[in-house]
Amino acid sequence: MSDWIEACTADAIDEEDVMRFDHEGRTFAIYRSPDDEFFATDGLCTHEHIHLADGLVMDDIIECPKHNGRFNYKTGQAKGAPVCVNLKTYPVKVEAGKVLIQLAS
Amino acid sequence: MDAALPASRDYSLVGRDSQRAVETGLAAAEWYHTDVPRKAMKELMKREDGPAIRDTAIWLGSMVVLAGLGILLWGTVWCIPVFLAYGVLYGSASDSRWHECGHGTAFKTRWMNDAVYQIACFMIMRNPVTWRWSHARHHTDTVIVGRDPEIAVMRPPDLVRLILNVFGILDVWHAVADMLRNAAGFVSAGEKSFIPAQEQHKAVRFARIWLAIYAVVIALAVYTGSLLPLMLVGLPRLYGAWHHVLTGLLQHGGLADNVIDHRLNSRTVLMNPVSRFIYWNMNYHVEHHMFPMVPYHALPRLHAMIRHDLPAPNPSILDGYREMIPAFLRQLRNEDYYLRRELPLTAKPYREEFHGEDARAAAE
Repeated sequence: MSDWIEACTADAIDEEDVMRFDHEGRTFAIYRSPDDEFFATDGLCTHEHIHLADGLVMDDIIECPKHNGRFNYKTGQAKGAPVCVNLKTYPVKVEAGKVLIQLAS
Repeated sequence: MDAALPASRDYSLVGRDSQRAVETGLAAAEWYHTDVPRKAMKELMKREDGPAIRDTAIWLGSMVVLAGLGILLWGTVWCIPVFLAYGVLYGSASDSRWHECGHGTAFKTRWMNDAVYQIACFMIMRNPVTWRWSHARHHTDTVIVGRDPEIAVMRPPDLVRLILNVFGILDVWHAVADMLRNAAGFVSAGEKSFIPAQEQHKAVRFARIWLAIYAVVIALAVYTGSLLPLMLVGLPRLYGAWHHVLTGLLQHGGLADNVIDHRLNSRTVLMNPVSRFIYWNMNYHVEHHMFPMVPYHALPRLHAMIRHDLPAPNPSILDGYREMIPAFLRQLRNEDYYLRRELPLTAKPYREEFHGEDARAAAE
């Protein structure tokens, strides 16, 4: 069983940018890549309790706004100090102009 | 908040006040940020290689020229001004390069950040692993007693220590001791409190590389019977440290501790362009702490954008010292005293639940 949740409309996020999405007490980050693809990860940096949606997207990297920790938002991979733990990623699809995120399976 | 503070502060990273900061929510707290529209912030955060390539070429190019002149003029009185200039570029400009490249904001290209970070760390004698993590903690818990490992002036101020560090004496003493300890394979309890276990071996590796470099330089000095090799590598951390101490003390000196609003514990100072080059715009220190993602070259623009919400900057280094030194002297008698930054009418007020009446009373 899987749950696809509507996170936002596709045009709500600029290309090469990120947006925060809160759902049932959890927080996520929804990304739009320079190639116009959408991705989703947990919303908080794995280093400290900081919202990644306030950070900077550069190509396939999200940089945390507090300590500049970097993740590949497509894979969740931590790219070096001060982040050591990977981000959890979630499947995303776009239907009828809406960005859907799969939260459970 | 100050009313509940014990009379004496415990700055140990594993001590009483560290524990207390965790219990009271001061550690890893949510800090105040001035509202900046997302589009504007994205523009400010944008990375570029151009400014840092230019500045690094000037910085390292000047050092090469000055080093050459120093070698040529060695033994004459004319080498003194040359080494004074070389020393500031080595022992002070390296501080701001270490800092900015540690944040990863100086260059757009990652390897350029990393390369300049390593060079600057060596010059300023800060282990590139240890200090990356200590600085992350400094940004998480800025001037939180027992949590921030980079508090330059603890209370009551140790003025002898401050004066010795104008020439880097205590800093270098500790840096050498730390290097030898790390090179021997030991990581202290304090270091372990902020360096993750999987990163600690890297601190040891860098300490061993540095030790080997210094051994070669010392051997060269002994072999040639001249101080010159050490005048070029190592000693400039002492005789050229004064500028980074001069500017660095202004960052938080005499201001509040144990607050979660950078407007209260950090100081922005307007400076001459030479100092700003050496310091890489870290004189915009409130702005840097509030938004560490903004590169040094964009800080003047950020300052212009949010100054309505910040205390007025000090108009000069001299003005900063005119308020800071009397505050240090008062803290010798009353360590709870601090300079309270007044906000303009256009600013959002401080969150008084975190720095209320008792703290204000200490400031008056």
